Amino acid sequence: MELDLDRPNIEDYLPTDSIHEPLGKLRLRDLLDISPTLREAGGAIVDDSFTRCFKSNPPEPWNWNVYLFPLWCLGVVVRYGILFPVRVLILTLGWIIFLSCYIPVHWLLKGHDKLKKRIERALVELICSFFVASWTGVVNYHGPRPCARPKQVFVANHTSMIDFIILEQMTAFAVIMQKHPGWVGLIQSTILESVGCIWFNRSEAKDREIVSRKLREHVEGADNNPLLIFPEGTCVNNNYTVMFKKGAFELGSTVCPIAIKYNKIFVDAFWNSKKHSFTTHLLQLMTSWAVVCDVWYLEPQNMKPGETPIEFAERVRGIISARAGIKMVPWDGFLKYSRPSPKLKEVKQQAFAESVLRRLEDK
Amino acid sequence: MGSASSTLTQYDIEDVQEHCNNLFSQQEIVSLYKRFCQLDRNAKGFISADEFLSVPEFAMNPLSQRLLKMVDGLNFKDFVIFLSAFNPKASMPQKIELIFKVYDSDYNGKVTFKDIMEVLRDLSGSFMSDKQIEEVLIRVMEEAGYSKDSSLLLDDFVKILDHPGLKMEVEVPVD
Repeated sequence: MELDLDRPNIEDYLPTDSIHEPLGKLRLRDLLDISPTLREAGGAIVDDSFTRCFKSNPPEPWNWNVYLFPLWCLGVVVRYGILFPVRVLILTLGWIIFLSCYIPVHWLLKGHDKLKKRIERALVELICSFFVASWTGVVNYHGPRPCARPKQVFVANHTSMIDFIILEQMTAFAVIMQKHPGWVGLIQSTILESVGCIWFNRSEAKDREIVSRKLREHVEGADNNPLLIFPEGTCVNNNYTVMFKKGAFELGSTVCPIAIKYNKIFVDAFWNSKKHSFTTHLLQLMTSWAVVCDVWYLEPQNMKPGETPIEFAERVRGIISARAGIKMVPWDGFLKYSRPSPKLKEVKQQAFAESVLRRLEDK
Repeated sequence: MGSASSTLTQYDIEDVQEHCNNLFSQQEIVSLYKRFCQLDRNAKGFISADEFLSVPEFAMNPLSQRLLKMVDGLNFKDFVIFLSAFNPKASMPQKIELIFKVYDSDYNGKVTFKDIMEVLRDLSGSFMSDKQIEEVLIRVMEEAGYSKDSSLLLDDFVKILDHPGLKMEVEVPVD
């Protein structure tokens, strides 16, 4: 089988019992027996690793008996009646402070770019801290804090847009993001501009050239903020990682992996963008007890000699998945929005054809 | 989607179980229902072709289009009946019947040379020419005592395919 350097070998991950290696002459029975292929299709209908990546995992209901139910009701009252208003207050306060500092700084310090940038960076970190406080976020950071150095990018696994906020409160990263509509888009185009952001549109992600060029330019700029990339390209439910896109790994820079793992006991932080808007997601977080997570800043990695960008991406994905204790699946996250490439089917068809033709030779 | 088993009553489960000849346990039927609801995104009561194709592992299967014709629009009961052929306890004739139905795309009870060629085309894609497929098929059919003009019935399929090596088992994950 030809080695296609553009994608990892999926056959390494998927069960390859589709074609038995039978011995002996080819008979009618062998040709008619499509049971292995049917079995794979049936297996995919019953359960498949791709859909599992995007399943929300709400915490188990525990309020099912006479004693626990009133306790749960009390919990609801506390969460919605006390915690939620307090959090809204905190967040509002945070926004007031932020805007009253940010707007003057943005307009008045127009000439003093370096100072302006520094203050704006600190303010963005501040508002992110307010956001995190508004969900009672308990974040354990492990490992050395990222520093701004040229020729380095940060990559992390992606569960929700709050990943960005949680990381941003520690370090003002620049980020590459899907442009969103509504108030999120407004924030993206105004405030995030100041820390440096690169936009892309998933439907135009095929236009990798432009995005690639922008990434490269940013990484090479000496006083740009360190760039944070989520190579999965989509939100996954924090039990699995999908394949990393190679864009971040072919820039010729050091890649610093970051692993994020949320503790599901308190809340399921997965943002199922097909089910809820970001606003609903935030409200859900603000009416839960807490968002508890671990963030590990891992050892920077460089591309090994002879390694392709894809292999490098998979290696880093392995490091992040191992640290966060989550499983890897061989699927492209964008399959959420589009059909698999015909190449995947062709691999199977080629294997079948070759097996038949080969067995024809053995008389 | 709340707890799936709350929308599926015990009566429903037993009804479905009866229709698939008790091949699936009640727990498996609940699991299958959760899966059905997961695939049926807007709770229409059936899974559309598009929703089946959103499972990449299914979409990349060479026989996906043929199977789609059989599963598109099925309600939950028929979905379970369809999947019962994949149950380890299913009988050999039941499994072979599913295979037969995949070949018999016009549902006339007969599988012709042309039908088999079409399935082989699906399986081999662009990697075997029509001529090659025809040659192979004629040869193995003649060796088995059939000619190019023969039509195979379900009984022929059972005769040809029934052997202990035929495994078509899918396990239903039960959490």
